Amino acid sequence: MSLSPTDVERIAHLARLQLSEAELASYSVQLQAIVTFVDQLQAVDTVGVEPMVHAIELSNVLAADEVREGLSRDLALSNSPDHDDECFRVPAVLG
Amino acid sequence: MEWQFASAAEISRQLSSKQVSATEIAKYFLSRISKHNQAFNIFVHVDEELVLKQAAEIDARRARGESELGALAGVPVAIKDLLCTTDMPTTCGSRFCEKYISPYDGTVIAKMRAAGMPWMGKTNLDEFAMGGSTETSIFGAGRNPWDAQRTTGGSSGGSAACLAAGLSPLAIGTDTGGSIRQPAAFCGVSGFKPTYGRVSRYGVVAFASSLDQVGPMAHTVEDLALAMDVISGHDPLDSTSLPYAKPGYTTSLSQAPQRFRVGVVREQIESDGLNAEVKQAILKTLDVLKECGADVREVSLPHSKYWVPAYYVIAPCEASSNLSRFDGAHFGFRAEPLEGKKSKSPLVEMYSSTRAQGFGAEVKRRIMLGTYALSSGYYDAYYLKALQVRRLIRQDFDRAFEDVDILVGPTTPNTAFKIGEKVDDPVQMYLEDLYTVGANLAGLPALSVPCGRSQVGLPIGVQFQGRPLDDALVLQIGHRYQQAIGWRPTPAPLS
Amino acid sequence: MNAAPYTLVIGLEVHVQLRTKSKLFCRCSTEFGRPPNTQVCPVCLGLPGALPVLNKQAIDYAVRTGLALKSEIAKFTKWDRKNYFYPDLPKGYQTSQFDLPICSRGFLDISDSKGAFEPKRVRFIRAHLEEDAGKSMHDEVAGKADSRIDLNRAGTPLLEIVTEPDLRSPQEAKAFLTELRLLLLYLDVSDCNMQEGSLRCDANVNLHIPVDGKTVATPITEIKNLNSFRAVERALTYEAARQWDQWSNDHIAIGGRPKQTRGWDDVQGVTTLQREKEEASDYRYFPCPDLVPVTLTGADLDKARGELCELPAATRTRLVQQYELKEYDSDVIVSQGRELVDYFERAVVAGGPAKRVSSWIQQDILRLLNERQQSLTQLGFSAERLADLTKAIEAGTVDTSRGKEVFAKMLDDSALSVAAAIEALGIKAVDDSELMELCHQLLAENAKAVNEYRAGNAKALGALIGQAKKKNPNADPRKVQELCKQLIDSGAV
Ligand SMILES: [Mg+2]
Ligand SMILES: [Zn+2]
Repeated sequence: MSLSPTDVERIAHLARLQLSEAELASYSVQLQAIVTFVDQLQAVDTVGVEPMVHAIELSNVLAADEVREGLSRDLALSNSPDHDDECFRVPAVLG
Repeated sequence: MEWQFASAAEISRQLSSKQVSATEIAKYFLSRISKHNQAFNIFVHVDEELVLKQAAEIDARRARGESELGALAGVPVAIKDLLCTTDMPTTCGSRFCEKYISPYDGTVIAKMRAAGMPWMGKTNLDEFAMGGSTETSIFGAGRNPWDAQRTTGGSSGGSAACLAAGLSPLAIGTDTGGSIRQPAAFCGVSGFKPTYGRVSRYGVVAFASSLDQVGPMAHTVEDLALAMDVISGHDPLDSTSLPYAKPGYTTSLSQAPQRFRVGVVREQIESDGLNAEVKQAILKTLDVLKECGADVREVSLPHSKYWVPAYYVIAPCEASSNLSRFDGAHFGFRAEPLEGKKSKSPLVEMYSSTRAQGFGAEVKRRIMLGTYALSSGYYDAYYLKALQVRRLIRQDFDRAFEDVDILVGPTTPNTAFKIGEKVDDPVQMYLEDLYTVGANLAGLPALSVPCGRSQVGLPIGVQFQGRPLDDALVLQIGHRYQQAIGWRPTPAPLS
Repeated sequence: MNAAPYTLVIGLEVHVQLRTKSKLFCRCSTEFGRPPNTQVCPVCLGLPGALPVLNKQAIDYAVRTGLALKSEIAKFTKWDRKNYFYPDLPKGYQTSQFDLPICSRGFLDISDSKGAFEPKRVRFIRAHLEEDAGKSMHDEVAGKADSRIDLNRAGTPLLEIVTEPDLRSPQEAKAFLTELRLLLLYLDVSDCNMQEGSLRCDANVNLHIPVDGKTVATPITEIKNLNSFRAVERALTYEAARQWDQWSNDHIAIGGRPKQTRGWDDVQGVTTLQREKEEASDYRYFPCPDLVPVTLTGADLDKARGELCELPAATRTRLVQQYELKEYDSDVIVSQGRELVDYFERAVVAGGPAKRVSSWIQQDILRLLNERQQSLTQLGFSAERLADLTKAIEAGTVDTSRGKEVFAKMLDDSALSVAAAIEALGIKAVDDSELMELCHQLLAENAKAVNEYRAGNAKALGALIGQAKKKNPNADPRKVQELCKQLIDSGAV
């Protein structure tokens, strides 16, 4: 499939990646090359083939509903780029 | 005594017979690190005080005559900087996590801590393990101890190189598409990717969750078995951890069957991309194996040419989602708002500039690729298709393993390439994973051990792949091979 | 209802917080109201390397609810990631269920005991499990607008229940939510506390308007922030009128404008535009590689079905059949919750006459609980004591009016029996001759009232009751009045 710079712009926005004009151009070329490469897959007949999500077949991995101690608030906030005594701080959610 | 290429097993024996102390061992390797680390850019973090403290604790426990000290107590280990540690930064080779200190230890780290293994430090890697050359790290490219102009391979390049340079007797790596085996081959060391689910992923920064697997790297297969005895086993904190009792990898090491059937993958051994010297080394290995009781036959994995394309859809898809958490909101790097720029949404602005500045080019490429393949209108053609092909790939293996017990072939098509040679050509770089990604897609155990050197002296690796859960058998046969050739780690020239 | 020039079409999405002790994918506490970021761990903080492990109880609750809603329970269900960036979503994706929800279809019947609408069956599309997000709070300090993020709630299990667009009025929507809430409370799967956010509702609304013999549909709006039943009713009423106005102005039909998300402003009583989904958010759902599927066998479901409690609709019918209660009375008791039904039945088992117990519960017990904002246990008046009290009244040991005094006395002292209370209040049965003498006395002393009664004022004798009570507090006012009438009517006086 062909990938236009408009596609790359849309993808970059979905992925929250700001691209310069130059980056947009170079990523468009590189991503097109990779997409062309993986397009080989289209040649495989996969009619009726069950998709394989996991490398192993496990099911029903369940934990009992028991409360365990988590992290202290200080530790939880310790790697945060911006926080106060209680909360993470981020730029205004609505604005 | 010179310890730089002593096996972990040997160091362990010397420690338990009190010929040497853990502190002496730690000091020895610390001095090696201070001498050689800079030239090869192997460790991104070393904490002398911490290593010595950990070693001293082991010495004290041994002096008290504690009986439950494990085989590897006091044997140093180097850790790929993708595993979360509370006492050292976990950078993932990324600007994003340059100052990140995990508030918790991952399961493998906790197990090694309990086993009394002091950590020499955290090793260099491709950013978020995305790459095959340890060139995408913010700390700069790792250099191959066999030839400093060449890459170590990747992404666990630092872990492979630290063994080759004699800076640590054991290392931990992670393998999503060959990231343990390929650098092991390039650096002339042994590396093992266990069956998916054998080793807990809890506390390993995720690249592609359904492919990622932690594994040991060492000088010998025996050392790999010793490390597996420590790090493997069911973990209730990882839903994809296999709920089976772990075999005694070390105790069963010498129990390789007298006769076993070896498969050689036709599509690999006959492929045009396979370097002639590598091919020769593999054929020689097969001869050795025949003497060890192998019945060698050819097998076909018809979908092997789709391994890399399927991998480069599935891995980026999972990665695009796994790396969404690196957004500047709760931890790690956050970009300063651009001066004077008024945005419609300061929040979107923060996300986009943080991620643009926090991630390197390869990571961004893969995030965008995955985002594309999952996006509306493309999901079926790419992601779903790749998952279906993945099933066919697994079925190829299942069929092959009806006739053989183990597959033997090249780990990589070529020996270590030059730094900068492929970094701007993603597709060429991806083809480096030609022989390794199959085991990740299918979840198989796979081992790479040195099997010779090229004319210019670069190491060559042979890969052993087994049925799912046949980890012990793969290690047994690898061990028998190393015994048959009288394997001793050769010092890299460190030129 | 007055005939509107349109049909209002409503579908609801209800998010039910399941009352597990720990979160859906980690073992942090779900307790409400704790200080911010004190119930968090690497998993619900979305820290690098952390992995989810599913809470079994959440599956059990979802299955229980699905069975009660007559849904089909999936034998195979899995987890998907819904990818989007938002600061209350620390992983950058919400773990949810996309194409294989744990429950599909099903229905809930609703009716109105006052007949405000015809009984109807509301169908479900699906119900799926997902993790809740954290909370963001807007904060303005020093001229800088920020949001503060609390992740205590992040990862709490939610069951998202989606109905077909079967509801046709704000009253129906409210009745549906009320009945759903009651069912969930009976099932004991959620606290259903709307103030605390453990029951949240979004509504999808549009109008079907007959135009030239055809039906035109208006663009659908999704209304968020409906935090009480009253808000649901008001917002839907408002939104119907708003859409009608808008359509009258612009005649834009569905498809002519993107779907809008509108927020309900409870203070202003209006819905306001939050966003238009023009870029049709692309959530890139895909199966979560960190979680494995859940499979349920027929035996699992049979077991869950066997453990299911009696549901409100069945209880309503049973109380009518078993105790001969009126439908209305049965509905009042059942709608109060399972605890009150148990209380009623315990009182009856202990010998209380069913109808009298029912009316005492409705008139006295419920009034008190309401006044005092107490639970039954806090009230401290056991079903057995209510049984004794209603038995005494039924037997005539004490009349209804003095019964209230006995009740009040017993409430003050939780150890006091009916007999002791009667004795303490000095209540004694008044024998017939005593009563006769009292009435003669009363009539003799109140010639004016007697004359008024004879002149046709039936109520005139009511004035005698107070005097009767003074003369003998134990005299049953009803009997006094009847006897007086007999004496006058028979010409004995
Ligand atoms: Mg939802
Ligand atoms: Zn948690």
